[in-house]
Amino acid sequence: MNRKNVSLKISELESDIGNIHNLELSIGKISGEDWSEAEGPTPFPSLTSLRAWDHKLLSRYQPFYLPFCDLCCFCTFGKCDLTGTKRGACGITMPAQQSRFVLLAACIGAATHISHARELVTHAIRTCGADLRLDPGGNSIDIEAPVTRLVCGIKPEKLSDLETVLEYLEGQVTQLLAVAHTGQEGSSLDFESKVLHAGMIDQVGMEVADLAQTSALGFPKAEPDTPLVDLGMGGIDTKKPVILVIGHNVPPAVSIIEYLKKTRMQDAVEVTGICCTALDVTRYSASAKIVGPMSWQLRYIRSGIPDVVVVDEQCIRTDTLLESREAGSPFIATSEKNCLGLPDRTRDLADDIVADLTSGREPGVLILDPEKAGEVAVRVAQFVAPLRKKPKIPLTTEQIIEHAKTCTQCKLCRRSCPNDLHIPESLKAAGKGKLAMLDEMYEECLGCGRCEQACTQHIPIHTMITAAAAEKTACETFCVRTGRGAIQDVEIRKVGGPIVLGEIPGIVAFVGCSNYPKGGREVAEMCMEFAKRRYINMTSGCAALSIGMYRNGDGKTPYEIYPGTFDAGGIVNVGSCVANAHIAGAAIKIASIFAKRTLRGNYEEIADYVYNRVGAVGVAWGAMSQKAVAIAAGFWRLGIPVVVGPHGTKYRRMLLGKAEREQDWYVYDRRTGESVYVGPVPEHLFFAAETKEEAMVMIAKLCMRPNDTTRGRAIKLTHYLDLHKRMMGILPDDIDLYVRTPADIPVTMKDEVMQILKERDWKERSIPDPTLLAWQVRKQEGGQ
Amino acid sequence: MPPVESWQVAEVPGPKKASVITKPDIVDAMIKRAKHPVLVIGHLAAEIDLDDRKMIDFLIMLAEKGDIPVIATGHTNRELLKRGYKKARVMPVVEVGQRLTDPLWNGIDGREPYDLAIFAGLPYYMEWTILSGLKNFAPNLKTMSLDNTYQPNASWSFPNISIKDWLENLRDIIANLEG
Repeated sequence: MNRKNVSLKISELESDIGNIHNLELSIGKISGEDWSEAEGPTPFPSLTSLRAWDHKLLSRYQPFYLPFCDLCCFCTFGKCDLTGTKRGACGITMPAQQSRFVLLAACIGAATHISHARELVTHAIRTCGADLRLDPGGNSIDIEAPVTRLVCGIKPEKLSDLETVLEYLEGQVTQLLAVAHTGQEGSSLDFESKVLHAGMIDQVGMEVADLAQTSALGFPKAEPDTPLVDLGMGGIDTKKPVILVIGHNVPPAVSIIEYLKKTRMQDAVEVTGICCTALDVTRYSASAKIVGPMSWQLRYIRSGIPDVVVVDEQCIRTDTLLESREAGSPFIATSEKNCLGLPDRTRDLADDIVADLTSGREPGVLILDPEKAGEVAVRVAQFVAPLRKKPKIPLTTEQIIEHAKTCTQCKLCRRSCPNDLHIPESLKAAGKGKLAMLDEMYEECLGCGRCEQACTQHIPIHTMITAAAAEKTACETFCVRTGRGAIQDVEIRKVGGPIVLGEIPGIVAFVGCSNYPKGGREVAEMCMEFAKRRYINMTSGCAALSIGMYRNGDGKTPYEIYPGTFDAGGIVNVGSCVANAHIAGAAIKIASIFAKRTLRGNYEEIADYVYNRVGAVGVAWGAMSQKAVAIAAGFWRLGIPVVVGPHGTKYRRMLLGKAEREQDWYVYDRRTGESVYVGPVPEHLFFAAETKEEAMVMIAKLCMRPNDTTRGRAIKLTHYLDLHKRMMGILPDDIDLYVRTPADIPVTMKDEVMQILKERDWKERSIPDPTLLAWQVRKQEGGQ
Repeated sequence: MPPVESWQVAEVPGPKKASVITKPDIVDAMIKRAKHPVLVIGHLAAEIDLDDRKMIDFLIMLAEKGDIPVIATGHTNRELLKRGYKKARVMPVVEVGQRLTDPLWNGIDGREPYDLAIFAGLPYYMEWTILSGLKNFAPNLKTMSLDNTYQPNASWSFPNISIKDWLENLRDIIANLEG
């Protein structure tokens, strides 16, 4: 990697324009280049630098492909039928084609985060200057960019340093995309290795993005006790002008807040948001309100509450312009990546744009200047709000019944519904005046609107569901703790030992989108369960919002019950999608701060450390997007397993271990070099659970690591066995694989488990200082 | 509704699609012919009403009459236990799919590779993807869906049929196995 270290030093120069003394000029030099930490073997890794590590993982967790389509239609040879052992015209096999798809998805995801990071860095440099110091956590954080240090081997200190990182990332995405061209890679496992590479650079991209916005916009700096902010449609003051922001790139939303401040109208206008822009704007100003996760787009726009809709980038419905027009809400697009066919008004006067939007001459505009977009949004909202007649509910009961009566019971709505919801049955009941079934579907509806697209009678099914649930939406008054950003070094110091030794049973990260099989409530329930069990719970993005949209029997949301500290029993909301990097960052910092391993360009050793010692599991229960693939892949390369919901099988492949294949589960003992059987820990790297219950059992199981002490393993086994017994009705039949010594057995289950072990001819085994890397043997450098 | 479309309209796989179970005898013949069949029951089996019972009750009868070992996926086992069925093996469905593509896997009883895997009660799309994996990577295995929705990636599947027709079919299948 060319770091562009151009350095020029002139002691004395006489020229026509004057004399120069002691001029020192550095171009593209990383501020922290004089960093004393020894550089590891893989700074700025190429596509193959970590291939050997990938293949180690992939030999344990072999892909199980689930083709989503038997055909390849990428080139003009096609379509090629790849069913079974057939090869396409280019020679490609079904496994390679599926992994190629996963790679493409991961590339799209990584490119999206990296491009977002580029936008944020450019914006931050423009507004704050290239020399702005990166500051994710003030004095609480010394390791300011653990992922970047680990992958790139540099220590970024100011905004301009991030540009060097971005150049590397952009180059890697290009290389990875080229791999997917016809007639390039032919091995499914090498495709998979490149998927992991895409995931790793995605993690860096996310870290760059969040570092830039945290530093430039003054987001919370690793503070555990960030404010609780309003969440839900019920908390919005609809008497005020309401602005809706959707997407991920926060500068336009920040400009709205700034314009309101400048004009002293903070209290006169409601700024509401959906998805990650909402999460991030509340990191900027706790006065902003969050409507809900991405699946709330249709229902909220159709409610007519937003007077202006402002979109930026990512996960925005591509029909928001159409929907906003239907609802009579002027529309502003703000991203080059999402122009939606709108006229570019960036260079026009704000007065003219406001006039066109308020008069209806333009239903929507593209404004690529965040400040101007902020001003226009506020002025338009103020103008149109008093004129718009906002319906209290989108449809009356009578209207719902009338629409329902036109249903022919063709079932195409249900057959188009991702969750196979009983829509025809509900419409039948609604036609007879019984709206309870429609109301009940609200919780599980993904808000995709496919039912309406399928309906031959043009019944507004989604709107009817929302209208039938009007009481519920009015009661949507929840809260979420604002994204805190990174984890403090002192927090890592405190829990590093208990995590590595297994005494804190695990870190469970609830992340990802809202493509849930049975509604967001399940995510909240899982999170509450693991918080109660004293796991460290981390969260981000739409999952963080779904966790907040839940109340227990006492009427409290999870964020009101559990603290935001990175400690046992905490629920730590790190922020938006890009803040996911802090989750990987926390695992990496455990290796650095607790175990004193060097991070700099030392990926393989640190991934080996995390894999064998840090009992972390990612849970993306509603994973939908390509970004989710990239995020998951970043965790996989670090050796962190990921559990997804049943829709996750559509990602085309799982990475599953085989517990019974004893030969797969050996590690080296770093102390002796001996090869030691450690059992299938963790058993899988990518796993789709059918139900919440199955997921919880698997999460507890996947937190086990070879390094667990007997006390730690006993704690982890307690949770695994207890959850299995509760969810499945019996003890699991693989206990013998996880008990290494009698001291591993939970005290309360000693007799029962010993009896099982006896029947299985179980033998006690040793607990090594584990590593998958032969070169790590006898290379202990202190710490665990 | 055309009889042999995927239940979820857009889930169109490719040229190779399931043969349609047009009468219960086909299922019985497949079960009787199989040397080593297995029945994989998903959690929805305990939620779907069939007459005054649940689908899982019929699947238990099928397993008992046909002497077919059962794998309970999701949290189905809890429901099986409630009904007194204690012989099921608990296994996540993605693991079941993965193992079934392994020619060296001798099944939950360690006897020999399965030659027939019967699926029922899984979320439609999840069964679809698992069956796709098996269609492509388990060449020696026949698969069958006993749900009332067409699963194109199975070897054999019912078309999209009504609850009434489904119930009749299941009753006949179980009755024929007794004979």
